[in-house]
Formats: sequence, structure tokens, C-alpha cells
Amino acid sequence: MDEGLKSELRKQGIFLTSFEDLYNWGRKNSIWPLGFGLACCAIEMIATSMARWDLARFGAEVFRPSPRQADLMIVAGTVTKKMAPQVVRLYNQMPEPKYVIAMGACAISGGPFKQGYNVLKGIDRYIPVDVHIPGCPPRPEALLHAFMTLQRKIDEQALTGPDRPAHLVAQAPSEFPVPQYGEHDLEPPNNPKVWRPPVPVTS
Amino acid sequence: MMESLEQLKSRIEQAIGGIRVEIVVNGSTSAQHSLVVDNEHALELARFLRNDPSLRLDYASNVTGIDWLDTVTKKVVKVKQIVGGVEKELDQTVEEKKPGYLEAVYHLYSIELKHGPLVLRVRTADRQDRNHLPSLTPAWRSAEFQEREIFDLYGIIFDGHPDLRRILMWEGFKDFPMRKDYVEPDDYEYEPTAHDEVLEKTKQRYSREHA
Repeated sequence: MDEGLKSELRKQGIFLTSFEDLYNWGRKNSIWPLGFGLACCAIEMIATSMARWDLARFGAEVFRPSPRQADLMIVAGTVTKKMAPQVVRLYNQMPEPKYVIAMGACAISGGPFKQGYNVLKGIDRYIPVDVHIPGCPPRPEALLHAFMTLQRKIDEQALTGPDRPAHLVAQAPSEFPVPQYGEHDLEPPNNPKVWRPPVPVTS
Repeated sequence: MMESLEQLKSRIEQAIGGIRVEIVVNGSTSAQHSLVVDNEHALELARFLRNDPSLRLDYASNVTGIDWLDTVTKKVVKVKQIVGGVEKELDQTVEEKKPGYLEAVYHLYSIELKHGPLVLRVRTADRQDRNHLPSLTPAWRSAEFQEREIFDLYGIIFDGHPDLRRILMWEGFKDFPMRKDYVEPDDYEYEPTAHDEVLEKTKQRYSREHA
């Protein structure tokens, strides 16, 4: 629908919308996060949800204690290799549509503990991540910015066509393989369907 | 104030028959000397340190492990040899091999008498099969998880521990990551700020994979 006509009609007291706008508006304003934290980033996440930063302004203050009721997984903190299978399993248990924010240096890359014997080098090796936040830990403002980024991402999604969200594509996977504990490392060390190692830069 | 380590050593030797205690001198400014005790009497000594009325070391604040590798020291020794009918003194280098060992270090304090730390060490016979130590958890309950951590990361087996399992790594993990000869997984990747050792290992890996 023509945006100009829409706003013209609105001035006359007639509200017109499309199903797509309404659906995305509802989705983006009720993102309920899964209530779990892994390390110090979780403290910032908790601060974000409290009165000073007030995550409730974005309709996302309802931290759910069960993955079945959650829309968003905030991976807040260091993902150890021992914890990674549980994080992937929790993601698999969440119903579609579901989103992931990787919060902080550890969750996006391993951070200061990268190459440590017990630290995963980023949760995006096993599950698809929508928004990455750098920082150690990121300020609550950064988490709010990630929320707004995610909301914009949801708002811009077309419900039909090739770019439609993954939960509307029947073949798109909703669950991802859980890594196994190996003798020396997690097996596999990453899911090649989700993540591939960076290609060397040739100058 | 606690008595000096020399006084304590002689008192220990009187109290526990057949015990072998040695003082390890710390040459740094902290001068935090420590005691090494033999494995057979370690638990007995632990109970003595905890119960002795002038010590009352009732709190094991920290238990940690150390991996001492095998060392080879070269010494120059004068050897008399007969060369062409004439006796001559010749320099000869002799290699002295010292087997490595694993060590557990206990830092002990007294909450009751407000003194400490006393540093107590126990050593395994070697780094391979004879890697057993007595658990001091029966004397200090707070050592339980820390001894588990040492078992997990160094591979020291604590005899008499109530629940010796891996604690940071998973069951089925084969390596001991804090040992100095630990071989990490070959998983270095290119990153925007790669440098030095990381960059070198990355290059090696990629050249192997793309060869």
C-alpha cells in the first residue's frame, strides 16, 4: 500500500494496515527472553531489565524460566565447552519464531578466553545468531541497542517471498545438532551449516 | 605469631615418628618458605597441624597443582685420562637427569588463632604412572573441590578422596590441560587482529590444510 495514501487517510481518522505490518508489529514488541545467564554479562542483562534501563519499554521484560515460552535467547557470558551442548539443546527446545542475541566478547568469539582449553570460540558455531554485541561486558545501553536492532530486523521482514523469516520456510531447520563431548574437544568443533572458519586475507 | 619453620620441623619430627619433612626455601623477598612432606605421613601431619593447640591450622584456603617437568642439567667434570702415556685432566660434560613430578600445594591458615599461611607441599614419584598422592580432604573439607580440580587438570590421583571426579572438564575427556606437555586442539583461525604466536599457528594450520 502506498505510504502517502496511508498517512493521508490516517489524518482523516481512518487507520489502514496490512497483515504483514500487524504481524511484525506484534512479534517485535513481545520478545520474551529466556532467563539464563552464563557469566558477568548476565549481571548487565539483569541491570537492563531493572528500573534504571527498563527493558519493559520494549515489551521484553518477561524473562521466561522455560525455553518453551521464550522467543529470544540472550547468550550472556562465556560459553564453556562443557556448557555448549546444553545451550544448543535449550535453543532446540524453543518454539519458532526464535531469535538469538550473542552478548559480549566471550559469546561472540571466546573473548579473553579464546583458545582456552575449556572455552567455545563463539556460540555462532552451533546456532544462528541474529545480533552480536561486542564489549566486555557490554553496557546495558548496548543490550538495548541490540534489542532495537533485532526489532528493526523483525519489522523489515517480508512474510512472503524468498527473504521470508526462517520459521515460515518449511524446509528451514528449527533444531541444530547438539555437539558431543569428545576425548580432546567438542565433536564436531563447529556446525559447518551454520558457521565456517574465516578465509585468510591475501594482500 | 607462628613459630619458625625450623622449630616447627623439629616439633613435627618429634610428634610423628618416621616422618620426612624438608623445608623449601623461597629466595624471593616474600620469603614464603614451605614444607615438603612424604606421602605416607601427609595425612597424619595434616591432622597434627589442624589439632595442635599452638597451630590450629583449621582452614585450607587454597590447594593448587604444579607440574615439574623432567630436567637435564649439564655439569662439567674433570676426568683424569691417560693420553699417549701422559696423565691429563680433561673436561667432560655429564648430563644429570632429574625425573619430573607433580606437586600439590596447600595454603593453610588458622581462623581461630589468626595466623598463616603455612605452605605445605606433597609430591608424586613421577609424572606418569606413579601419580598418586594422599587426599587431605579428611583433614580439611574445603580441599575436596580443589583436589578434584587438580585431578581434573593435572591428573594427580588423590587416594582417600571421597568423590574424585572431573570437575571443570567432562567425563571422557582424556587430557590434562594444565600439564606443561598438554597438546591443545589444532583449531587456530584467521582473525582480524591475529598476531605473533596465534598468527603463526594459524598459518601453519592453513598451509597444512591447503597443501
